[in-house]
Amino acid sequence: MADHSPALLSAHLHPVRYHRTPPVLAGLLLSLLLLLAPPVSAAQEDGGSVTVGSKQFTENVILGHMATLLLEDAGLTARHRAELGGSRFLWEALRRGDIDLYPEYTGTLIEEILTDDEVTPETLAEVLATYNVRMTAPLGFNNTYALGMRPEQADTLGIETVSDLRQHPTLQFAFSNEFMERGDGWPALQQAYNLPQQQVRGVDHDISYQGLRSGAADVIDLYSTDAEIDAYNLRVLEDDRSFFTEYKAVFVYRADLSERLPGAPTALEQLESTLSEQRMMQLNRRSKIEGTHEAQVAAAFLSEDLGLAGVTAVGTARLVDRVGQRTVEHGLLVFISLLAAVVAAIPLGVLAAKRRRLGSGVLLLIGLTYTTPSLALLALMVPPLGLGFVPAAVALFIYSLLPVVWNTYTGLRDIPEPLLESAEALGLPPAAKLRLVELPLALPSIMAGIKVAAVINIGTATLGALIGAGGYGQPILTGIRRADLSLILEGTIPAAVMTVGVLVLLEGIERLLTTRRSTSSASAPAT
Amino acid sequence: MVTLDNVSKTYGQETAVAPLSLTVASEQTTVLIGPSGSGKSTLLRLMIGLITPDAGQVTFDGQPLTPATVQDARHRMGYVIQEGGLFPHLSARRNVTLLARHLGWSEDRIAARVEELTDLVQLAPDRLAQRPDDLSGGQRQRVSLMRALMLDPAVLLLDEPLGALDPLIRADLQGDLRAIFQELQKTVVLVTHNMHEAAYFGDVIVLLRQGQIVQQGPLQALLETPSEPFVTAFIQAQRHTLLSSDGAA
Repeated sequence: MADHSPALLSAHLHPVRYHRTPPVLAGLLLSLLLLLAPPVSAAQEDGGSVTVGSKQFTENVILGHMATLLLEDAGLTARHRAELGGSRFLWEALRRGDIDLYPEYTGTLIEEILTDDEVTPETLAEVLATYNVRMTAPLGFNNTYALGMRPEQADTLGIETVSDLRQHPTLQFAFSNEFMERGDGWPALQQAYNLPQQQVRGVDHDISYQGLRSGAADVIDLYSTDAEIDAYNLRVLEDDRSFFTEYKAVFVYRADLSERLPGAPTALEQLESTLSEQRMMQLNRRSKIEGTHEAQVAAAFLSEDLGLAGVTAVGTARLVDRVGQRTVEHGLLVFISLLAAVVAAIPLGVLAAKRRRLGSGVLLLIGLTYTTPSLALLALMVPPLGLGFVPAAVALFIYSLLPVVWNTYTGLRDIPEPLLESAEALGLPPAAKLRLVELPLALPSIMAGIKVAAVINIGTATLGALIGAGGYGQPILTGIRRADLSLILEGTIPAAVMTVGVLVLLEGIERLLTTRRSTSSASAPAT
Repeated sequence: MVTLDNVSKTYGQETAVAPLSLTVASEQTTVLIGPSGSGKSTLLRLMIGLITPDAGQVTFDGQPLTPATVQDARHRMGYVIQEGGLFPHLSARRNVTLLARHLGWSEDRIAARVEELTDLVQLAPDRLAQRPDDLSGGQRQRVSLMRALMLDPAVLLLDEPLGALDPLIRADLQGDLRAIFQELQKTVVLVTHNMHEAAYFGDVIVLLRQGQIVQQGPLQALLETPSEPFVTAFIQAQRHTLLSSDGAA
């Protein structure tokens, strides 16, 4: 990984093959991981079960489901952590032992992950072994880059191969941002084919399809198993100089998996050479264009093509159950991180208000945590804490500190001087003065801070799904990937309801705290 | 009871209290008066330890006021300021009983004391359940006085206690206050800028100017044997104000 430093820069210039992950976000996640990733190889604690990971795009999720279903069919306990992130993220998770296996592409391994090593397709398995990682035989299809056009225009201009593009320098090219910058992307392609086009725009991959259909672009890059190729009947230009390398789909898995559960790799080998490019494209289309759940697409394939009739799809829980489960996940994340933040932030705010010098340091430090984008903060948590609930909760905790610390500070500083003097003149010791007078007077401000923190927390917690913490972010991520509004709403509406509920609850707590102190004349004496 | 011995206090370049010495007469009402900036409020706050002198010593009941002794001393002093300084988040009763509760008084003892004080300051008992914001200015000052008297302190310090009140309420409370002072026979220090108030309350009047004592003694002494022309001028100025405003009425 040495030539990935400075990681931030190089990760941006050579993004991993995320396919439809928004490149900026993915780049951030990735680069932070590269910066921080310690040489860890945490062993799987749970000896009896297999954790499958998958990247954040449809094809990879379907493959993840296939693996999970096959493992279950072999009598193993399997868990699918779907849509975790980009290639580098999955690779690190695999190395750490957060996941046992995930679907990967040979080209990505060679060109992007094992860049330190001299790797050829022939030596790939050997090099992987030095990382204690193995790979299965290829599943069949090759999901490589390709160039695509509208069929009518290709026919009119007589274009069939990439070389044919040389005759048409005025064609509008629009490539995904990633393709624009990859070592095996546009610059190298242009050189290899000696293409004259100068006007090339970098766009988001999904948008490039729309651009092509609307006529704003004439040539775009595509992945050879993209559902859109079939769905929109696009012309894929022949790579007549064999420029694009192979991206054969395989599963990579931890070497210790074969020792722990020898049945697991065996189960995966059933997929060897079963998926043609055409078939994979169909499956992608079923999910991406027709909106069938990836798990069902995977189950249908296994029963139709492999004759595994007993396989049933997971993830088809009823809406109520799905939302219920995510509410528990999301609620726990929010509740625990917010509670911990309040418990930590109020003393910090008091400290900031009481000790001027120290206080400005505290406020500055907490302010700095806020300048870290929430997504980056989440990514920062992964190297030391792994995937799932804990890193998400810690990131949310840090993110919730600022509003509460700040409002505690200002609430205390805004107490009118005569009131402070009155408390002092009464002869209340500092602790009692703080508890009986200052904190109650600052309460409205502190509660406002807690409310702000709660709203931010609930919103930010949706990003927790990116690192396997589940919650309302899960359907939102899937919905964004599939451009499925109803899925997005399945996450955002409950999140909005939760926000309202939490605000009402906090309002009630505030009212309770205020009335209890002020009016009751016969409540217990303070101790 | 309270003495200041060569006490001084400056804020940056500004002298709030020049080195001065003062012994507050026990069981009498001492009025600190002077134009604004004369240091009268600063003196009061020095006495209760809200500010510490740059030099000199404040003594309460024979004990120098130090960080170690100040809390106990405050429990034996009552302090009332212009707007009362009542805590807006607590009911009137809670304001009055806050310290006693903190010190662990029994409910019975608290209730008995509150009843006594309610009688003394002539507050309608149902007002006690209300928050300061729902009380009139006069009621607030009565509650404030109750809070100051809750532990039956030896000394009562009042900083312009009538300063923010309407004239009619002011006159009412003024009479009640004097009756209370006479009934309790406490050592009282009252800060005002109003000569009539000083004359009305003061057994001893201490006239201040620029952080220094110009003259102290009974009103009669200030009128008959002024230590310098400023004394007469200060007294006359307020008399004129009163007469001219009376004349205009």
